Amino acid sequence: MKDVKAAINKDRREFVKKVLRGSIAGSLFLVLPMGGEGSIQIPEQIPGIRGKEYDMSKQRFAFIVDITRCIGCGSCCVADKREYDVPDGHYRTWVERYIKDFDDNVYVDCPNGGLDGYQKPRTDIPGKIRDTFFVPKLCNMCERPSCVQVCPVGATFKTPDGFVLIDKDYCVGCAYCIQACPYSARFLNPKTKTADKCTWCYHRVRKGLLPVCVHVCPAKARKFGDLNDPESEVSKILASPEVITVLKPDMGNHPALYYKGLRREVV
Amino acid sequence: MTEAVHTGMAANILNYVFPNDLHVHWSLMIVLYPYITGIIAGAFIVSSLYHVFKVQDLKPVSRYSLLFALAFLACATWPLLNHLGHPERNWEMLITPNPTSAMAGFGYIYSLYAILLIFEVLFIYRPTMVALKAQSTGKLKTLYNILTFGSEDLSPRSIALDKKIIAFLAAVGIPMACILHGYVGFIFGAVKARPLWSSPLMPVIFLLSASVSGIAGVIFSYVLIQKYKGRPVDSKCVITLSKFLWGAFIICFTFEMLEIFQHSYLKTHHWDMIHGLLWGPLKTSFWRMQVGICSLIPLFLLGILIIFKVREKAFVFFATIASGLLLLQVLLMRWNVVIGGQLMSRSSRGFTTFHPAFFEKEGILPAILIMAAPLVILWLLGKIMPMWEDNQPSTEPTTRT
Repeated sequence: MKDVKAAINKDRREFVKKVLRGSIAGSLFLVLPMGGEGSIQIPEQIPGIRGKEYDMSKQRFAFIVDITRCIGCGSCCVADKREYDVPDGHYRTWVERYIKDFDDNVYVDCPNGGLDGYQKPRTDIPGKIRDTFFVPKLCNMCERPSCVQVCPVGATFKTPDGFVLIDKDYCVGCAYCIQACPYSARFLNPKTKTADKCTWCYHRVRKGLLPVCVHVCPAKARKFGDLNDPESEVSKILASPEVITVLKPDMGNHPALYYKGLRREVV
Repeated sequence: MTEAVHTGMAANILNYVFPNDLHVHWSLMIVLYPYITGIIAGAFIVSSLYHVFKVQDLKPVSRYSLLFALAFLACATWPLLNHLGHPERNWEMLITPNPTSAMAGFGYIYSLYAILLIFEVLFIYRPTMVALKAQSTGKLKTLYNILTFGSEDLSPRSIALDKKIIAFLAAVGIPMACILHGYVGFIFGAVKARPLWSSPLMPVIFLLSASVSGIAGVIFSYVLIQKYKGRPVDSKCVITLSKFLWGAFIICFTFEMLEIFQHSYLKTHHWDMIHGLLWGPLKTSFWRMQVGICSLIPLFLLGILIIFKVREKAFVFFATIASGLLLLQVLLMRWNVVIGGQLMSRSSRGFTTFHPAFFEKEGILPAILIMAAPLVILWLLGKIMPMWEDNQPSTEPTTRT
């Protein structure tokens, strides 16, 4: 009987030892680099970025939204909210629904920024509907950004590769940039108390990945690429005879966000 | 309405607001900021009318108006600091300003103006404070010693030099006051994304309304203080101030209306929105209150007082009422410009709403406290520096060094 007890106790000791060893070894996975960064499993989405030193002056990125393709599913909005943990009621990107009737009345709405997708048609429109379409909106990454011009401390700045970014450790939270943006792309983040907006996923782009909204779009309505690469899709679209325009061209901001098939009703 | 826009209910058929435009970012604090800087600039102009342009009738308020300006100057940055998301980073604006920002210059312009105003007050009060120093003891004596730069020299030569310095500071102060407040107007005028703000007239209107609020503030508070203290009001001074007030307000009001008329006549795509704003959310605060009650009534009231022969007592009484209304007019103008401009969504299709709460960080209570603070500071200043000419201590030169 004693031997049996001793055997059980020995087993217990062994068991506890194994558990301890396993825990320590397992926790090392969290601490030690395992070479994951060097071998990203996701294939390169923007060619020519990985495997060499990034040269900011060699890139000129553009974003194209194809109005004729957007289905208003809201996937882009969901992906964006998850990527950045965007506080409720604020939007880095949103999708508007335009409805036009035969009397040329235009009805626009954007419930919850389009985050839930447009799953049901509007039932409050009295006239016969002639046409309907969706317009995704995001930061226009202007060539002449009003936000950068007005920021009193230079916390909002333009990178040589064409991105307008915010240094949240420097921003004073005066909201002048929010007033100045003609596209209402900015908001004051209630968590950081600093200005916030879409970055075209700069952190992904620098790793050769597409902005997350572009990546998840099931209809390929959002396109992104380098205009200095003549083989990129955006270069080809901008060089084609398609109807391409920007929002509020009279503001003189020269956006790098282009719209394919944009309608005149869109502001 | 906010809810309606968010949930896509029937209410938003003709009212689409960009999702990020639903929130009004520049709240009551930014309404107070141009209001306070305007009062500073306007009150300074009153004192300069005496010190530079030698309008002798204004002697009774020449010192008071400077202290009035100084008291408000002490609080001008409070609403801004309360508004900032990170007030602890405000020094970044002075240390690493962005030269293209219309806002970055405020710290410099404000600081320069503050230095100028403080020095002007100190030089004007020097003979008074030298006399007070001789009468006081202890800490108060030390304070007067600091405020008079340790100098007790009241020789005619020294006083003459003081006068030259005062005249110089007051003269430089006029363009500085104009820059200070014209600049505040430019902060708004330079925002092309807001059709109501984006106008070259904005700095001009701000500057003129600054003069109005400053002069009206001096008249209103001067009469009330004198009545409260049971001292006679200098009618001549009030009459002259009222004339300046009327003149300034006629030009101010003309420009305010001209701006609306210009928009309505040009009928650009912005006009639909501005029309919708002024006859929609701003109908009461703009047309009824700012234009109707607080502009037209004082305009005619002051006109009648100045054109027709009115007994001095009645003049002072009605001029004080007109001044009170004009103080309110300028506050309403700030509200309608600052808040109104943000109520228009940049979607050009709708308006958001704004209702400040009483207790929130940038709410009504902080606004009241910030507006009351200059009055407390003014009272404290009055303890050290006599505001009125009649209770100045004798400044006959007592010592010659």
